[in-house]
Amino acid sequence: MKTPTTTLAMILVLLATALPAHAQKADDSLYRDLGGLEVLTKVVDDTLALALADVRIKDTFKETDMKRLAKLITEQFCELSGGPCKYSGDPMKEVHQGLGLSNRQFNALVEDLQAAMDKSGIPSRTQNKLLALLAPMQRIVVTK
Amino acid sequence: MSNATGLARRQASAIALALAMVLSLAATPTPASAQTAMTPDMGKLMATAGVIQVEGAGGGGLVPWATITGYGSRDSYGANVHYTYVGTQDYKLASYGVAVGIADRVELSLAKQRFTGSLAPLNNLRIDQDIYGVKVKLAGDIVYDQDTWMPQLAAGVMVKRNNGIGGLGAVTNVKDLGAKSDSGIDYYLAATKLFLDQSLLVNATVRATKANQMGILGFGGDKGDRYQAMLESSVAYLLNRQWVVGAEYRMKPRNLAADNEKDYYDAFVAWFPSKNLSLTLAYVSLGDITIYNPKRQDGVYLSVQAGF
Repeated sequence: MKTPTTTLAMILVLLATALPAHAQKADDSLYRDLGGLEVLTKVVDDTLALALADVRIKDTFKETDMKRLAKLITEQFCELSGGPCKYSGDPMKEVHQGLGLSNRQFNALVEDLQAAMDKSGIPSRTQNKLLALLAPMQRIVVTK
Repeated sequence: MSNATGLARRQASAIALALAMVLSLAATPTPASAQTAMTPDMGKLMATAGVIQVEGAGGGGLVPWATITGYGSRDSYGANVHYTYVGTQDYKLASYGVAVGIADRVELSLAKQRFTGSLAPLNNLRIDQDIYGVKVKLAGDIVYDQDTWMPQLAAGVMVKRNNGIGGLGAVTNVKDLGAKSDSGIDYYLAATKLFLDQSLLVNATVRATKANQMGILGFGGDKGDRYQAMLESSVAYLLNRQWVVGAEYRMKPRNLAADNEKDYYDAFVAWFPSKNLSLTLAYVSLGDITIYNPKRQDGVYLSVQAGF
């Protein structure tokens, strides 16, 4: 007869084996819906071009290596959406500490990203799936 | 002077003061580069502030939501004016008002409603009501809390003053129809959750109220004069940043023998051509309003809103 303890142990073993397996074949459907690396690269380039022309936030990039930033954001979007990339930048919290970004500036970049995704013909429901993954970053990016 | 009226007057003064501040500040153009805390920042994302509901609060069409109206972020403020028209076979409800959102935390609203009849013998009927609203965001964030189940929560009050009945001969006050009072206060708690990965918004509001037909027919009555908890709910789908479709349900009390009050329903489409303007068109089902005309009142709801 199984005791509650052995049942619990079995569940834990199952979880321990199931979780890494699940993590390995992560769902990449969003990455594919977004159009893969080619489209993501263009979306990020367009977003940053819009951001540099956006009076609300252009000054925040004064001392930024834009080429490197584009590479890092592309990696991040690719990884977040389930694609075969690895974000190689510093943790988001470290990167944004001391920048004193406001909520309005965070949303300004979101709007530039939305416009860039529009430009690449990404449908609204797919855009919102990516934005849902980025939205919680507001808590560490906005420090003002 | 009753407590309710006193509170209403104090709130009206607060709203007037807030509006005067908003108007004087908005009238001073400031270059974007010189953004200060005193300039409206339009910092929220399109449509995330919702629209103004039929009683003047930020929400959907019939239901107040936990959202704070206006496009001001937590560092700023927003304000808007609205006009809403509801027309059924035999009745019309026209309302207009102003609302202010401060620091994405506090919302103040003022709305004036006029209810009229078009079918004899109620073709000269006219009932006016003023509604003063205050709402405070308590917790959660509709946009940023995408990694938790936490909805945005807000608590609000609506102080309502029915200004009497015209065009009905000797009947000049809702108390003549059986209502216990011609003023009342609604208290509500709203939870609004945006499931951004599904482009879906869900709202649930619980309102403690004595209001008959939102207060148009007064408060309390011959069948009951106690506060009752009413559930109000909305579901909306974001087609894109400019178009939202949805449906709502609003439970109602039944305090008046003369008013076989029914729950409200609506199905709506809202259009946000810019952050300064929105239009909401809905089909509403309001049930029968009085036993003397036991016909279900269905019709159109149209609301236009302008602000920042």
